[in-house]
Amino acid sequence: MPEQLAFTIEVFLNGLMAGVLYALVALGFVLIYKASGIFNYAQGVMALFAALTLAGIIDGQVPFSHLINAILGTDIHHFGWHVPAFLAILLTMVVMIGLAYAVQRLVFRHLVGQEPIILFMATIGLAYFLEGVGDLMWGSDIKSMDVGLPQGLNTWIDDTTFNAFGYGFFIDNLDIVASIIAALLVIGLVMFAQYTKQGRAMRAVADDHQAALSVGVSLNFIWILVWSLAGFVALVAGIMWGTKSGVQFSLSLIALKALPVLMLGGFTSIPGAIVGGLIIGVGEKLFEFLIGAPFLGGATENWFAYMLALIFLVFRPQGLFGEKIIERV
Amino acid sequence: MLDATPTPDAQVETLLEVNNIEVIYNSVILVLKGVSLKVPKGGITALLGGNGAGKTTTLKAVSNLLHSERGEVTKGSIKYRNEPVHNSGPADMVKRGVVQVMEGRHCFEHLTIEENLLTGAYTRSDGKAAIARDLEMVYEYFPRLRERRKSQAGYTSGGEQQMCAIGRALMSRPETILLDEPSMGLAPQLVEQIFEIVKSVNENEGVTFLLAEQNTNVALRFAHYGYILESGRVVMDGPAADLRENQDVKEFYLGMSDEGRKSFRDVRSYRRRKRWLS
Repeated sequence: MPEQLAFTIEVFLNGLMAGVLYALVALGFVLIYKASGIFNYAQGVMALFAALTLAGIIDGQVPFSHLINAILGTDIHHFGWHVPAFLAILLTMVVMIGLAYAVQRLVFRHLVGQEPIILFMATIGLAYFLEGVGDLMWGSDIKSMDVGLPQGLNTWIDDTTFNAFGYGFFIDNLDIVASIIAALLVIGLVMFAQYTKQGRAMRAVADDHQAALSVGVSLNFIWILVWSLAGFVALVAGIMWGTKSGVQFSLSLIALKALPVLMLGGFTSIPGAIVGGLIIGVGEKLFEFLIGAPFLGGATENWFAYMLALIFLVFRPQGLFGEKIIERV
Repeated sequence: MLDATPTPDAQVETLLEVNNIEVIYNSVILVLKGVSLKVPKGGITALLGGNGAGKTTTLKAVSNLLHSERGEVTKGSIKYRNEPVHNSGPADMVKRGVVQVMEGRHCFEHLTIEENLLTGAYTRSDGKAAIARDLEMVYEYFPRLRERRKSQAGYTSGGEQQMCAIGRALMSRPETILLDEPSMGLAPQLVEQIFEIVKSVNENEGVTFLLAEQNTNVALRFAHYGYILESGRVVMDGPAADLRENQDVKEFYLGMSDEGRKSFRDVRSYRRRKRWLS
């Protein structure tokens, strides 16, 4: 096999893996947008907040320690224990559900029936608020996250491909795990939405608030449920990104990469978020490798996704899988 | 007819009692100005009147769907089985057995017909078997829905959507259905068919109906008792058979007259006087 082709395939595979992470963030957007029509700008920050909380809990950090120390003149930082990863993930999930409840109770309940732009502004406020709270609770230093996911070169793939093609593919174990988890997550979410009573109610609310109310569905409950699910997805995304590149505040910026993913896949489609993520991941890696680096001086990954999204907006505004507005003739 | 006894039948239990309610939207717009009515158990009661008379608002006040539209019951009381309900929330009303079929169908477009029906059973907790039985019952009443059960509701016809909406309401095992304008936008033949089904659901399942309708002719043929609303007030009420024979009703709502045509201006002033008299 020629060197160049093998390289391209490797880039393609790595692109797929990066795409999975984009897709995970985009998924959280889709969930909330579908059920409540709110475009949740804070989704990326939620992933950051989940990752911070998880890393903090595992480390046995005292939340708000800076604040406590400043007020009481004490000097505490850590409880001095390490929480097992599994338990810490559970605790973080409890925090995310609490967050969902608080957001619904304190913010969106009072904004029912308002214009989408007002709801959007509220989520921007929420994003900055959450970023601040995350900083205050856990400090702004970069944390490493280790929940026991395998990392590093997958030697099996390296060996097999080396024996077969004379060129060993470099695939990170973490990426493989991330893909599997993302796939399971999507299957789980789709099954939930499709085959359970609450999932059906969730889709019903997405279609018609008034009608959902009229059959006795509680909008508040469904919205808390959806925000909790989005919190769960944010947690998974936070774990993956955190493990990959450390828990740092730039994590919230990955939310921006989710935007072109959504424009590609459609704001209302769970499979769309996945496919969109993969296309963007593969697209930007391949473009950089084949065209960007040799001809354009590189660094095309920064803008490729947005350009692709722009093209999509012009020719297919509802995205690849977005719900068509049903119009009967 | 106006001096007919306001209570339909003293022996029959009154399920729903609306007592002199006033409804205000957005804290300023007065829509209902003292509406009172009684719905007897097991009957079909019709709420008649033109556009903006307050039929839909009355139904929504009962089903508690007003709150989500910034409407509020500011005076009077609504009692279901003698318990005050006007601040209990729509989910609670469904659990009490009162479900509304909204004007304009409001099916869940992207859900299939069957999923729509199952959503109707959201508040029930009596197990899957019972729900499956009722699904079968709905399909018996609406064979058309069985054929379309796998189609997305948004792609079905207006008549099918109306059936879906009524079937969805039935899935909650209601005691009372508030049916808003079932004839809207449907061909006369379909309207007839839907009212026939309403009648048989009423007779076979013992479901009580409170029906808002502009199509006075059809409504009075199927209902047992009727109230006529105008500008947020009840202007006339009586057994459906009496209302059908009433000169004023004939003239204004059924378009029949013994005296030939009347100019619109006369009608208006006449209606206005009538309103103050009643």
